[in-house]
Amino acid sequence: MSITLNDLEKVVNSGLTTNVKKSEINFDQLFIDVDVEDVISTVLFLKTHKKCKFKQLIDITAADYPQREKRFKIIYLLLSHENNLRIVIKINIDEKIIVPSITKIFPSANWMEREVFDMYGISFKDHPDLRRILTDYGFNGHPLRKDFPLTGHTEVRYSEEKKKVISEPVKLDQEYRDFDFESPWEGTKYINREKEKNKTKDK
Amino acid sequence: MTKKPKTMNLNFGPQHPAAHGVLRLILELDGEVVEKIDPHIGFLHRGTEKLIEHKTYMQAVPYFDRLDYVAPMNQEHAFALAIEKLLNIEVPIRGQYIRVLFCEIGRILSHLLNVTTQALDVGALTPSLWGFEERETLMTFYERVSGSRLHANYFRAGGVHQDLPRGLSEDIMQFCHTFPKIIDDLETLLTDNRIFKQRNVDIGIVTKEEALEHSFSGVMLRGSGISWDLRKSQPYECYQNFNFKIPIGKNGDCYDRYLCRIEEMRQSVEIIKSCIDKMPSGPVKNIDGKITPPPKKDLKESMEAVIHHFKLFSEGFRVPEGEVYIAVEAPKGEFGVYLISDGSHKPYKCKIRAPGFSHLQAMDYLMKGHMLADVPAVLGSLDLVFGEVDR
Repeated sequence: MSITLNDLEKVVNSGLTTNVKKSEINFDQLFIDVDVEDVISTVLFLKTHKKCKFKQLIDITAADYPQREKRFKIIYLLLSHENNLRIVIKINIDEKIIVPSITKIFPSANWMEREVFDMYGISFKDHPDLRRILTDYGFNGHPLRKDFPLTGHTEVRYSEEKKKVISEPVKLDQEYRDFDFESPWEGTKYINREKEKNKTKDK
Repeated sequence: MTKKPKTMNLNFGPQHPAAHGVLRLILELDGEVVEKIDPHIGFLHRGTEKLIEHKTYMQAVPYFDRLDYVAPMNQEHAFALAIEKLLNIEVPIRGQYIRVLFCEIGRILSHLLNVTTQALDVGALTPSLWGFEERETLMTFYERVSGSRLHANYFRAGGVHQDLPRGLSEDIMQFCHTFPKIIDDLETLLTDNRIFKQRNVDIGIVTKEEALEHSFSGVMLRGSGISWDLRKSQPYECYQNFNFKIPIGKNGDCYDRYLCRIEEMRQSVEIIKSCIDKMPSGPVKNIDGKITPPPKKDLKESMEAVIHHFKLFSEGFRVPEGEVYIAVEAPKGEFGVYLISDGSHKPYKCKIRAPGFSHLQAMDYLMKGHMLADVPAVLGSLDLVFGEVDR
């Protein structure tokens, strides 16, 4: 007994009435926006409700929008094997907010939240073991933030004098070059317009 | 007098031949029994996602080869599909068939490596020698079609880079006839081998529920008896045109996962065969000059082609605003790309969902109560490649 995406949208909207701020279907996936306080109840609802059955957490990730007031967007991807559907939960938060951890609901969220913490510096409440995961021991900064430079702040090398690997500020013989190739003109809108025209002609 | 039970901490890796790359495990041992495992990863972290944000879409493709470097094209596939979804373009049917063909070659490449090194970890040397010879043949197919054995950069948005060179499909077909014999040979060495079974049967058992809880995918899920394969359940590209079976395990132990991989190789051979048989003719990439580069011969004759070529290789193409998650069934499990575009020529954010990341995370739960000697056996059956775990 599987349900379609449109049915799912209705189920989610009626079951989570106030939680869902916005829901839309794009590219055969349901995207819902919720508030940061409602994360746990939303995820729990999606996991346990008999029509949703999102039994698997696929990934947790974030995106950084420094110009926005609510700087970070956290994205939860869930998959329901029984219904063969995917759902994307998005929450917008500002920098200081601590997000409730969903490790109690999905044990696999542990490392995913650690990665988000490592890459964006977003903290999770009640996380059992919030350490850095991908970056080096003793690393500073959060690399996937947009204000973190691509070259990083430090580089490591082996010091012959100290007989160990040391890290020191990045020294580049040539500055990192980031050319702006982007065309000042609009993209390829005329192609779409032509396509539309052809479509109407075919009809 | 009561004696306090004492646990011993053991450091495994980061440089250890059985760690399949650079993995550091902090093991807490009670005698020989593993109490707790704390995997430390990130030794191969290259900041792929950060780099991709600073490259155009076309320049970002090669980074995907370097994730799971055992089956490079399967990763490119997810990225190419994500861009195509946002651009709302279609891949010509021949391009789709070529993609399927090389994805299945990638699957065999990956499974061959995994099965044989899993055997190596538990003490069998010969399978890896036999398996690597076949991998070499497969990599020459990669080389002939893309120019390089590993870092192919072949699946581009809109199709594949070039058509198959003359004679390649015949040679791949020839391989398909000889290869099943090699799988049989591997099986005679391993499947009923007493030592191999002693080391793998009933080791690292995963139940259905736990497999879901721990975000397992691919063989890790199927080995536990869940019939889930994205090629069948959410068909992408032209997988719906092919007949193949999905092997599933019964007990969810290392041995069942090994058996699944062996059977998947056989199924892949069947897919490759029917793919070559049914291979349609026609273009291999979308003919929209704004997305795919023009053919070399046009550059000599057409000014428009020259302009397109220049713009594509400097500015690249723009992708409409939007976000999408696309997953493919990579040999190791569900490999996904979450792509956010802001309408410019570079991805705003490209999150790579690597299957090995979740699998390795479950190490602690998988190993609790097992013996130290089982660590390499379980690690081997998880099918980890640190290129994708660390990204």
